Amino acid sequence: MNSIELAAGEELNPLIPHTAEIIVGFIAFSLLYMVLRRAVVPRFEKAFAERTDAIQGGMERAERAQREAEAALNQYKSQLADARGEAQTIREEARVQGAAIIEEMRAKAQEEAARITASAQAAIEAERQQAVNSLRNEVGALATELASKIVGEALDDQVRQSRIVDRFLSDLEKSK
Amino acid sequence: MVFVSYAAKGEGFNPPDAGDFNLPPFIEGNEFATKPILLVFLSVLLISVFFIISSRKAAVVPSKLQFAGESIYSFVRNDLGREVIGHEFMRFVPYLFTLFTFILVNNIFGIVPLIQFPTMSRISFPYVLAAFTFFIFHYVGIRKQGFFKYMKEIMFLPGIPKPAYILITPLELATYFLVRPMTLSLRLFANMFAGHLLLLVFILGGEHLLQGVIGLKLVSPFSFLIGIALTFFEFMVQCLQAYIFTLLTALYIAGALADEH
Repeated sequence: MNSIELAAGEELNPLIPHTAEIIVGFIAFSLLYMVLRRAVVPRFEKAFAERTDAIQGGMERAERAQREAEAALNQYKSQLADARGEAQTIREEARVQGAAIIEEMRAKAQEEAARITASAQAAIEAERQQAVNSLRNEVGALATELASKIVGEALDDQVRQSRIVDRFLSDLEKSK
Repeated sequence: MVFVSYAAKGEGFNPPDAGDFNLPPFIEGNEFATKPILLVFLSVLLISVFFIISSRKAAVVPSKLQFAGESIYSFVRNDLGREVIGHEFMRFVPYLFTLFTFILVNNIFGIVPLIQFPTMSRISFPYVLAAFTFFIFHYVGIRKQGFFKYMKEIMFLPGIPKPAYILITPLELATYFLVRPMTLSLRLFANMFAGHLLLLVFILGGEHLLQGVIGLKLVSPFSFLIGIALTFFEFMVQCLQAYIFTLLTALYIAGALADEH
């Protein structure tokens, strides 16, 4: 051992601490602790929190978007179902209304037909009456003319035949 | 420093010993002007500057520097804090973080060229750190459970036949109040001390062999090679010791916080 060393480190037992080193160790370590605690740990923690936030926020946003999409889909589906139902009722109504209209038209047509038939019958009746009347007049005139002829001219088969015609006609007249 | 001491030892190889760790103050008579003390302050400066710069613009998408600082921080925070302590871990993260970085950097000083002195091979510093841990975990336990309940939990383990307490209680008391702080500090100290001594033996030995006869000169490179290999090994030990010290601190805190052992 050289003399300098012996003077410097009197105790060679390495397990015996130095007062100066104890003090320095205490101060230096405390100092480092304060620096790291004040200036370093909060900043790293802030970065960690921001990172967690960014990741979680992104996931939450995605979840929210999915929920919204699902809600929209459900809404569309229900709207579609509503529309289908509505169309069904409209069709049903239209069918009912159509049937009613057809029924109404049919009734009207029948009524019209009845009316036309009735007026036609009346007209026919009137015309027949008129024809009968004029026929009667003409037949009278003809009969008068025939009688005058019968009186004036000789009788033959044809005359007899006409007589039969006359009788028939007059019978017809009577039966009426 | 070591070279000076070697030269002063004169002829013949004097193997490095505990005296090589007692570096003289560079200002005569000033106990605070020593290499270890300077290194401790240097480590505080380096750690502070590195983490302040790397966390200054802490953003969601980290820069390379932020990523580097953040990786170390989140390692301590998650793997040592959250995993071990549980839901109350955030209170202790600054302490664990300081502990880990402080020990790590001071250990690595042991293999950094030109510095090459592991500060933690000076027992004073492990003592200080172990004392911090000792007071913190006892304080946490007493705060959490009350003094008497905490002491009872330590002294009387549940589920043990009563006569066994004669044996178990002194052992438990010794564990909590002597063994834990002593092993914490001594483990760290001894690893750094022995590691540095090993490096000194092979590198100074190689240097000494180089000054010997031709046969010894030929052996010298092997000594240096082993020294280099041991440097890598030392790096592993240095990281591991920083990890173990912090892990045990977290475990002790977790134990004090837990309602039952």
